[in-house]
Amino acid sequence: MSVTQATAAGTVSGLRGAAVPDSARPRRRTAARRWRRALSPLLIVLVWEAVTRTGLVPDSKLPAPSAVLGAGWRLALDGTLGGHLLDSLTRAAIGLAVGGGLGLVLGAAAGLIRLGDDLIDPPVQMARMLPHLGLVPLLIIWVGIGEPLKISLVALGAFFPVYLNAYAGIRGIDERLVEAARTCGLSALARLRHVVLPGALPSLFLGLRLAFAAGWLSLVVGEQVNAQSGIGFMMMEAREFSQTDVVVLGLLVYALLGLLSDFVLRIAERRALAWRRGLRAT
Amino acid sequence: MATRTESDVTDLDAATGRGAAVVVATGLRRTFGAATVLNGVDLVVGRGEVVALLGSSGSGKSTLLRILAGLDAEADGEVTTNGRVAVVFQEHRLMPWKRVADNVALGLRGADVPERTAAALAEVGLAERTRAWPAELSGGQSQRVAVARALVRQPDLLLLDEPFGALDALTRLKMQALLQRLRLEHGFAALLVTHDVDEALLLADRILILDNGVIAQDVPVTLAHPRAHDRPGFSELRRHLLARLGVPADPDG
Repeated sequence: MSVTQATAAGTVSGLRGAAVPDSARPRRRTAARRWRRALSPLLIVLVWEAVTRTGLVPDSKLPAPSAVLGAGWRLALDGTLGGHLLDSLTRAAIGLAVGGGLGLVLGAAAGLIRLGDDLIDPPVQMARMLPHLGLVPLLIIWVGIGEPLKISLVALGAFFPVYLNAYAGIRGIDERLVEAARTCGLSALARLRHVVLPGALPSLFLGLRLAFAAGWLSLVVGEQVNAQSGIGFMMMEAREFSQTDVVVLGLLVYALLGLLSDFVLRIAERRALAWRRGLRAT
Repeated sequence: MATRTESDVTDLDAATGRGAAVVVATGLRRTFGAATVLNGVDLVVGRGEVVALLGSSGSGKSTLLRILAGLDAEADGEVTTNGRVAVVFQEHRLMPWKRVADNVALGLRGADVPERTAAALAEVGLAERTRAWPAELSGGQSQRVAVARALVRQPDLLLLDEPFGALDALTRLKMQALLQRLRLEHGFAALLVTHDVDEALLLADRILILDNGVIAQDVPVTLAHPRAHDRPGFSELRRHLLARLGVPADPDG
């Protein structure tokens, strides 16, 4: 008897108050989990600080995190860091624009036009198998060791993810939606704008994020080949003068650049693909 | 490829003898590999006439509708349309990345598009959902948006490809009533592809049975509106159609 009552009461209260406890409880739990997840990285930094401060790990091998931040502050103040960062960012931007733009144009041509598919896709699929960072010696012969080398490396890294995802995104569009657009009297150009482009956008964003990751990686490699400026150059120069703190600082900057660009892209993606949130809500 | 003509002249009247026709199709043939799905279909839909196209599964009903909609580039024959044509498919086929109102307004131009869109959505009872994403709608609501998208084009001919086939039974009844009402208000002609004999009997002025790639039978439906299963004549016609479609007649009608 008491069991029955308890069940009935539980059901009623569960129905009536469903919105309050069900949404509040997981939120509190995720907040607690977020703090818990921050615990171990924090601990690692503390241990790192401790072992370097006490001299357990020599300063020349690994400087303390506070020393790295100090070096960062010093180089930021005298403008060195900003200058190198600007050069690196310029290379990344040009490389991504060239490689990504080419990937988009060729991917769209191969995805939309049968002739384009037959002519463009086979060589691209073959070239995709080459590790593009392995092309450095050949690229040096072709374009020298100056800026063009860095930019071509970034462009090569960005090209393939954008091409492949543009192609896949266009091919993955529901043909029935294109038909519906045709019955609504949309011209080929209008179908491209209202159906193909928005339909391929989720895939394009994925390609762009992968392109950014590949672009940063290519930049790291490119800037360690006879560069005169840039974050990579700053690290190589610091190694020669045994400034380990600046070397680690360079790594940190690369990591932050990758993190930041991915964050910005994810926000842009969330905005552009707002219709998918509705999809998830139901 | 089927020759498509868009005609403004009304001398189709003479050809059809039924008053102005919105679509005349002659000698439609369509093969898929070795299979001949349509083998010389002739079809006329008069202005304001609702024609139901019945046929068993795989009889080529949808193929025929796609040819009339201009979506089949590989069919042979001649199609002449006279007026605006709009299509409602079995699936709603709304662009998931466009809000409801933008889906309805797709491809429309002019300063009055927002008003026309709002009016069309109001007619299907969705005036409140103009800002919703398609993913937030139920199946019935989505299909009503698809109807609004067709309606806003002020069609002379509405091509309906099993438009309510994917809906639950109750929603289907409501949609049938909605279509009936819209037809009375706007006077469009319609070609309704369906496998539902009752739906055809409720809505159509004429029922065509597609069998073996040709129109095997052309049955005028003279039942008075509003129609219902228990009205005189309904069950007799229903039994006849079911028998023609190869379904053993149910003695209780």
